[in-house]
Amino acid sequence: MKRVYVNEKWCLGCHLCEYYCAFASTNEKDMARALKDIKISPRIRIEEKDGISFAVSCRHCCEPLCVKGCITGAMTRKDGVITIDRDKCIGCYTCILSCPYGAVSPSEDGAIQKCELCIKTHGGTPKCVEGCPNGAIVFEERGE
Amino acid sequence: MNLKYVIIGNSTAAVGAVEAIRKNDTKGSIVIISKEKHHTYSRPLISYLLMGKTNEEKMKYRDDDFYIKNDCVLKLGRTAEKIDVDRKVVILDNGEHESYDKLLIATGSSPVVPPIKGLDSVRYKFTFTTLDDAKQLEKVLKRNARVLIAGAGLIGLKCAEGISKKKVKTICVDLAPRVLSSILDDEGSKIIENHLIKNNIELCLGRQIVEFKENIAVLDSGAEILFDVLVLAVGVRPNISLLKDAGGKTNRGIVIDERCRTSIPDIYAAGDCCESLDVSSGEIKPMALLPNAYMQGECAGMNMSGKDFVFDKAIPMNAIGLFGKHIITAGTYKGETYFEADENNYKKLFYSDNKLNGYIIIGNIEKAGIYTALIREKTPLDTLDFELICKMPGLMAFSKEERASKLGGVPA
Repeated sequence: MKRVYVNEKWCLGCHLCEYYCAFASTNEKDMARALKDIKISPRIRIEEKDGISFAVSCRHCCEPLCVKGCITGAMTRKDGVITIDRDKCIGCYTCILSCPYGAVSPSEDGAIQKCELCIKTHGGTPKCVEGCPNGAIVFEERGE
Repeated sequence: MNLKYVIIGNSTAAVGAVEAIRKNDTKGSIVIISKEKHHTYSRPLISYLLMGKTNEEKMKYRDDDFYIKNDCVLKLGRTAEKIDVDRKVVILDNGEHESYDKLLIATGSSPVVPPIKGLDSVRYKFTFTTLDDAKQLEKVLKRNARVLIAGAGLIGLKCAEGISKKKVKTICVDLAPRVLSSILDDEGSKIIENHLIKNNIELCLGRQIVEFKENIAVLDSGAEILFDVLVLAVGVRPNISLLKDAGGKTNRGIVIDERCRTSIPDIYAAGDCCESLDVSSGEIKPMALLPNAYMQGECAGMNMSGKDFVFDKAIPMNAIGLFGKHIITAGTYKGETYFEADENNYKKLFYSDNKLNGYIIIGNIEKAGIYTALIREKTPLDTLDFELICKMPGLMAFSKEERASKLGGVPA
């Protein structure tokens, strides 16, 4: 299946992926207007230190510990994409306890949030990939 | 020839097994036998149900069509009473015989009812592990009711939170000198104790209830607590009798190997009824935890349906929220410690022999799973920037090659 892959060699640390991610979950047409004066809470996050930077988002594991450990059944893996039923999630954070990548995070409404490859919002074309100016984040097939 | 799978139990481990079996075998028949009459539901959600944060519909652990899609025959409201190992038959309470080729025991655990003098004299007393428990408790919770919870562990405190919106007065008594004694140290407990008190939960720690006189609990100190409703939350015990009576090997829990096989051929066991190896401590013990139950169920299901599958990564791990404060813990608390705390957050890591053994985090729990993975995978700490990862869990602490494989490779 196609996944988001990250190559830190090309990452500029510009954080645009985070802004595109936050924008992707709004219904606005204009990014500047959508994100003006708000603290964004993206599902992809840059880690950076000493000139090294890279983006981290859900790896959509084949054997997902978050899905297996989910106490409510709110997390599921379908066609390779791991999604969250935010209505069912009660925010116990067992998935945060389980994810080896640190790719699941709390959100303001109590449910957890994670990358769903923009399948619910943009037909499965991840906005972070589109917005990356340097090709450090790609969406491609590398097996399974 | 098609195999016939029989599963005793209808909760997490059973679901894990069904999903695994159907990955490998779409033709064999699956029969699920369960004492409870409900569609599979998430037990830990019963406290959220009382709080109004979920409802019976949303508590369903799998969709309504789960059994249909997975072609399962349900025998709900039925108790498996005996296993006839020689004939490979399970005998039900109505006398029915259910034959099996592969049998899974996923009977869970039962709340411990301590033999306290005078317990029979208490009118309203409950345990708190099933949907029916929660519903019955809810019925008697009148405004201003005084609720005494025996046990300030995970179940007791989630119950206290669950009923907190009902304008009741709650006191938790525990023999241990701290709350959540199975997962917190003294300092961590202090933070949670203060938080509970702020949220109007009264605590009485390091005390034992020695006697009940109807609506009075007498403590070992001689003090008396007046109450209307009693909740017993002193722990759970694995349901082992079915296998034990059939001659299978049991200790505190059902003994299983890393393929979830019991000592009897073609009988598997998974979930809270078992004891298993905690890889963070090397001890074998019951670990009544939902994620482990699913993964053991899955492991059993895989092996029952002909695959060779091993689950040998069980560790104690808990994520619990109480009145908006989150706690995540995992592993074993031994070795040297890294510690940091401020007024809202608390973090302690335990390590020795180049390995992370365990951790306690209260407050900022972001990315805690990175620590869990270090414990589970026994990652050698000298392959990491340990100083960095102590402060801040992240992939940055791994080597460049490791990062490239984590972010550029196909994940397991």
